[in-house]
Amino acid sequence: MLRYIVYRLLAAIPTLFLISALVFLIIELPPGDYFETYVAELQAQGETVDPKKIEYLKEQYGFDKPLLERYFTWVGGMLQGDFGYSFEYELPVSDVVGNRLYLTIVVSMVTIIFTWLIAFPIGIYSATHQYSWGDYGLTFIGLLGLATPNFLLALILLYLANVWFGTSIGHLMDARFIDQPMSWAKFRSMAEHMVIPVIVIGTAGTAGMIRRLRANLLDELQKQYVVTARAKGVPPLRALLKYPLRMSLNFFIADIGSILPAVISGAEVVAIVLSLETTGPLLIRALQSQDMYLAGSFLMFLATLTVIGVLISDIALAILDPRIRLQEGRRR
Amino acid sequence: MTSPLPPDGGPLEHFVSQTAFDPEVTEKLTPAQERIYLASQLRLMWWKFRRHRAAVVSGIFLVLLYASILISEFLAPYNLESRNVNAIYMPPQSVHLFHEGAFVGPFVYGTKFELNMETLKREYTADTSQVQKLRFFCRGDRYRFWGMWESDVHLFCPAEGGDVFLLGTDRLGRDVLSRMIYGTRISLTIGLIGITVSFVLGISIGGAAGYYGGWVDHIVQRVIEVLQSLPSIPLWLALAAIMPVTWSPILVYFGITIILGLIDWTGLARAVRSKLLSLREEEYVVAAELMGASPTRVIFRHLIPGFMSHLIASATITIPTMILGETALSFLGLGLRPPVTSWGVLLNEAQNINVVALYPWLILPVVPVILVILAFNFLGDGLRDAADPYH
Repeated sequence: MLRYIVYRLLAAIPTLFLISALVFLIIELPPGDYFETYVAELQAQGETVDPKKIEYLKEQYGFDKPLLERYFTWVGGMLQGDFGYSFEYELPVSDVVGNRLYLTIVVSMVTIIFTWLIAFPIGIYSATHQYSWGDYGLTFIGLLGLATPNFLLALILLYLANVWFGTSIGHLMDARFIDQPMSWAKFRSMAEHMVIPVIVIGTAGTAGMIRRLRANLLDELQKQYVVTARAKGVPPLRALLKYPLRMSLNFFIADIGSILPAVISGAEVVAIVLSLETTGPLLIRALQSQDMYLAGSFLMFLATLTVIGVLISDIALAILDPRIRLQEGRRR
Repeated sequence: MTSPLPPDGGPLEHFVSQTAFDPEVTEKLTPAQERIYLASQLRLMWWKFRRHRAAVVSGIFLVLLYASILISEFLAPYNLESRNVNAIYMPPQSVHLFHEGAFVGPFVYGTKFELNMETLKREYTADTSQVQKLRFFCRGDRYRFWGMWESDVHLFCPAEGGDVFLLGTDRLGRDVLSRMIYGTRISLTIGLIGITVSFVLGISIGGAAGYYGGWVDHIVQRVIEVLQSLPSIPLWLALAAIMPVTWSPILVYFGITIILGLIDWTGLARAVRSKLLSLREEEYVVAAELMGASPTRVIFRHLIPGFMSHLIASATITIPTMILGETALSFLGLGLRPPVTSWGVLLNEAQNINVVALYPWLILPVVPVILVILAFNFLGDGLRDAADPYH
């Protein structure tokens, strides 16, 4: 078991390295840099900018050095907890990102739990009542959820909330709680505001999960051991819970890995529509204004979050299923 | 009544059949059986596909939609950029058939416009005294059909001097329905071009990984893992932000399709790889290799045709991701830019909650998005089942 965990941890390192190279390449690709846009903007407004400050910043962040060197400075800095400097906010990136990142994590976690809570009973129902009206209805609703782009769902819900309750449901907490320390009132406000985003972000994932759980459970239910169990008189519920469900649980855990990137990327767009205080809106700003370290670190954070999520799901899977941990490293 | 048998002890009558002896008589198939047993693979797939009702309906719907992009100019009552300054943010008009109990055929009532001086809201009311009968196959806005010849014939247009905005107008007084019809063009083709890019990438990269195995496979696997662990929308956003603002809208269009395809190929590559891994051990592959076929020939001539149908089915299921991706990008203002008009670009106008609350008809382009994605999903399901007709 330990061997497997160590193996998986080590395997994640090259992945993270590749991701960092890719991210760096992406943020380096646009022609020009933040300062050029910045200076041009200021000059267009008739203002002047202290060239010394720009020179200093450029030197500080090694804009005159070759690409490879800058990459290693960036990665090296990240390893020591220095994520670079946001030129737009004139703050270290970690200060800008910190709070928002934890909100992103909270929203994603809650969404995944929500997805499970909804998908699990519906999936089981659909599989055990195959081709019933309930199955058709739920499958269709699921497909609809899969087909609706989640930012549009957010817009529609915003509209409905506006029409029915006359309230705005944007943001992740009441304005007065922003930058306040955690308190019971703040927690309640957050919980209230979290409902809509979680539903919106969760729908697509839930629909996909119901589909896969149903298919998996159906496969399992047709196997001979289930027939044998039934023939021997095991009550239906027990015959379902004892083995087939456990088998499909496996994939349920494995699914975190595939669902997490989708949840995070959905969360980004929805956050922009609902103006949540997560990373989404900031990421867009950073990308548009070529605030490269901020954008790069954001992408890196999100990717790392996913890699860790997949790692956790892999390890949980190994704990659950001995076949995986015994086969480790010998997979083709 | 005489018995067919001779009397007791008498000789049996001798019978000789005159027809030629056919030794395979028991194995012979009736024409009906022959039709089934000797049907080609494609025919079997078609039969199987036909039984999936939802898939057939979706397929027809999509074919009609794709056909419509050839004649968008004709179908839309107005041009893409036709502005009507008297009808800014006009709500959808409804089509009536009867006026004061008498049948007049499809018509709309004229509208009266008033600016509410208190709320500064534009208020449109139906003026039931004006009956504006719709005209069909009529002359309206001039356009260049396929950019080649000029024409002004439309499927339907408003009465002389009247307006018809079945789905309302936007902030410049442009007809939302017409813009949606034109937007179909971009939204539907972007998925096709994107899937072509990802198909080519997926087959060649996955094919190489599956066929060669070893370190090639290792590297490809790693790259796929990395790409799949990146949240796709932030990645798309980042790549879309790279495209210089100075690019022409057409270049941006191709840029976006390539971006969508570049990130999407991983799923296909995985499918190709795992299929190849299992198929390359087959005897016919060894036979081809012994006869001196090159790897390219073995992959493309012998292996890929074996699971092409599966690939097409799974590609169909990924088209919606691309359409959604483009819609999301354009909605956020990082994708396509006007004058190129897709459903996402149209939705960009409805980005603001105030707009949605005041002019809810601006989110109507959602409807075709949802319908197309549902249709592709059903079609993909049907194709996937049909791809394996013996199952």
